[in-house]
Amino acid sequence: MDVELLSRLQFAGTIMFHYLFPPLSIGLGLQLFLCELAYNRTKEPAWEAAARFWTRVFAVNFGMGVATGIVMEFEFGTNWAAYSRFVGDVFGSALAAEGIFAFFLESGFLAVLVFGWDRVSPKMHLFSTAMVFLGSVFSAVWIVVANSWQQTPAGYHIVWHDVQGQREPRAEVTDFWQMVFNPSSVDRLTHTLLGALVLGAFFVASVSAYYLYSNRHHDVARRCLRISLPSSLLLTLLAALSGHDSAQKLVHTQPAKLAAMEAHFHSDDGPTGLYLFGWPDSENQTVHGGVQVPRLLSAMVYGDLHTPVPGLDQIPPENRPPVWLPFQTFHLMVGIGTALIGIAAIGCWYWWRGTLAQKRWLLWLLMLSPVLAMTANQAGWITAEVGRQPWIVHPSVQDGVAMMGLRTSEGLSESVTAQQVLSSIIMFGVIYSLLFAVWIYVLNAKIKHGPESVEELREHKRQHHESLLEKISHSSKSHGGSLLEDEK
Amino acid sequence: MISYDTLTLIWFLLLGILICGYAILDGFDLGVGILHLFVARDDTQRRLVMNSIGPLWDGNEVWLVTFGGALFAAFPVAYATVFSSFYEAFHLLLLCLIGRAVSLEFRSKVYSPRWRKLWDFSFFLSSLTAALLLGVAAGNILRGMQLGPNHHYEGSLLSQLHWYPLLVGGLTVTLFALHGAIYLYLKTEADLQSQVRRLIMPLFYCFAGLYVIVTALTWQQAPHALDSLQQFPWLWVVPVLNVLAVMNIPRAMHLGRPGYAFFTSTMVIVAFACLFSVAIFPNLMRSTIDPAYSITLETARSSKLCLEIMLAFAVIGMPCVISYTVVVYWIFHGKVKLDASSY
Repeated sequence: MDVELLSRLQFAGTIMFHYLFPPLSIGLGLQLFLCELAYNRTKEPAWEAAARFWTRVFAVNFGMGVATGIVMEFEFGTNWAAYSRFVGDVFGSALAAEGIFAFFLESGFLAVLVFGWDRVSPKMHLFSTAMVFLGSVFSAVWIVVANSWQQTPAGYHIVWHDVQGQREPRAEVTDFWQMVFNPSSVDRLTHTLLGALVLGAFFVASVSAYYLYSNRHHDVARRCLRISLPSSLLLTLLAALSGHDSAQKLVHTQPAKLAAMEAHFHSDDGPTGLYLFGWPDSENQTVHGGVQVPRLLSAMVYGDLHTPVPGLDQIPPENRPPVWLPFQTFHLMVGIGTALIGIAAIGCWYWWRGTLAQKRWLLWLLMLSPVLAMTANQAGWITAEVGRQPWIVHPSVQDGVAMMGLRTSEGLSESVTAQQVLSSIIMFGVIYSLLFAVWIYVLNAKIKHGPESVEELREHKRQHHESLLEKISHSSKSHGGSLLEDEK
Repeated sequence: MISYDTLTLIWFLLLGILICGYAILDGFDLGVGILHLFVARDDTQRRLVMNSIGPLWDGNEVWLVTFGGALFAAFPVAYATVFSSFYEAFHLLLLCLIGRAVSLEFRSKVYSPRWRKLWDFSFFLSSLTAALLLGVAAGNILRGMQLGPNHHYEGSLLSQLHWYPLLVGGLTVTLFALHGAIYLYLKTEADLQSQVRRLIMPLFYCFAGLYVIVTALTWQQAPHALDSLQQFPWLWVVPVLNVLAVMNIPRAMHLGRPGYAFFTSTMVIVAFACLFSVAIFPNLMRSTIDPAYSITLETARSSKLCLEIMLAFAVIGMPCVISYTVVVYWIFHGKVKLDASSY
């Protein structure tokens, strides 16, 4: 196997594994914040039990996100050295901004969030939760900006550097804000964040539904559903809107990707239909067993029933992305998104009627919903990244001047061999499988254990006060003497 | 306006500060990881040791992540070559960093002695290997690497495992272990503290011995490291301070001032970071094949605008970073205690 394919597999595998965790951290962060806000307002112990419980779940997930995230930053350099030289000026600065503005904020306050329950006031704790959530959002902002720049570059020019007699092109920033607000970053960020928030809402709804189903922790479960169900409905609807908006812009910024997503091989003069499902075949330029709604793609993209959508035949063959994968993942994402709107709506309806706990089938649907939401997040990511191939940095036009792009095949590290990449894939494969198993195991144990009851919480607080009192009396007794004793 | 060359120098300095911050902060928690098997006798003690760094290790590691991002942005050519040259070493380092994170995270979540033993050992091994690899990488950079034309690395993992970088790796391990031991001494009390105390002097002797050996061998293995010292004689202050700081560690411990000892071991790390920067300057990666192939600050840097933007980030961001680092360390100051949210 060649280095390019292996490096792509390695990057796809490690980033997809990483991407299990950050969206959940972001989404859960919001739910946790809302629980704590309710606790601060009402001072009800059940809210505190809920917040403490979600903190524990959050911590496990966050740790995994940190551990797997650092891999991505290293891989740009280890496997994609030529790419790193090409984009360092632009992409690197976004990555550095993520470090300075986001990672320090979240990791600093995470300590207070996870370990500070008995050390700071509820208000300070709420503030820390808000900061961790904000940090995770900032993190998404910078990494999505960097990614969007690769898809729809702006605010840069190409400079040719002389490297020991050879000329090497590099993208260099000319306008920072244009780079940040490139044509797709706001849409992509909105959709990515909403995807993460949706996942968090369904995750909380799912665990709460499980408690209702198994008839435990009623008090906490009902409170959490009161937050997660309405927010899941609102967020899924917003996600659908933002997805629609992104697709409309795609026809201008990355028409090849849109055509691949819809398996639209041949342009014609009339309106374009939309496949609900099918089996695209790039070789024969056709879709097997597809069911198409006439005119729908034109209607979705342009808002009218006649304008044709450009097809893949308008793209030079060497610049066409693969079709099968983006088509399937895109349809999967949209399908799941629609289903989630349905689940959220039905959930809210029966919640409002007060009969949710009796609808076993609905509780089952809610319990399964985070897996669906996670799949949709992953599928969306695959659509976005495979759909932009063969480019690692898309070519663009800046002020009427065509700018070269960088092909994925041109971004590799020159000194790295296929064997090196293969052994690292095997290493990550083994480690990540183990990690995944342990993560599921620990998460399951946490959820099975559930939140503390109000009595446990009271007992825990009493013990804490006693140990504090003991500490004070102890330190006044042995004041100043402790060091001398140790020297003996 | 700041000139392009000054900006380059500022970024070289800022990267030095980031890696120095990383070595100081993650240095002690790597050290705690290396030592924990030898100081803790039962499960409670082990949990105390782990929780002494519990709230802090994650923030400490961010310094490395930010260093990586800043190197990527400020000197992309160096980032690309360094990371692809150390392919195996850095993937192994990643494995260790993951291993540390999950060992801490998962160890105390399940009550089973075998489960805990497994994670304890993985925490020890990954901390030790991470410290060793960081040192080996520094040793290789110091000595120079087989860099061919067009940033093409011609060496291999085997050539990186030369005895000199390995010795630097050993020095790093003992330094971090010593630094971690002093930290643990500060955070613990009673029996556990005296167990830690017994390790400090032996660790110090190991470190001091390696320090003398590595310093002597650096003259032979990396003579170019002295070029900058000859050019700017006032820089001799750094190695002199380094030696003084090293000698001050046992003194401060003997005086019964562990806080002062910790400050001193921090200063030793700062001095090492300064020496390292002085030794490699003005290269970021020296070629042992032909000096013309070396990656210098000038060939590796980003555009002027990029460096300016990043400087603005640093000016806005660093005060915030330092202020919440201080707040968090303040909240968790004092002797470590186990409570409901501990590992």
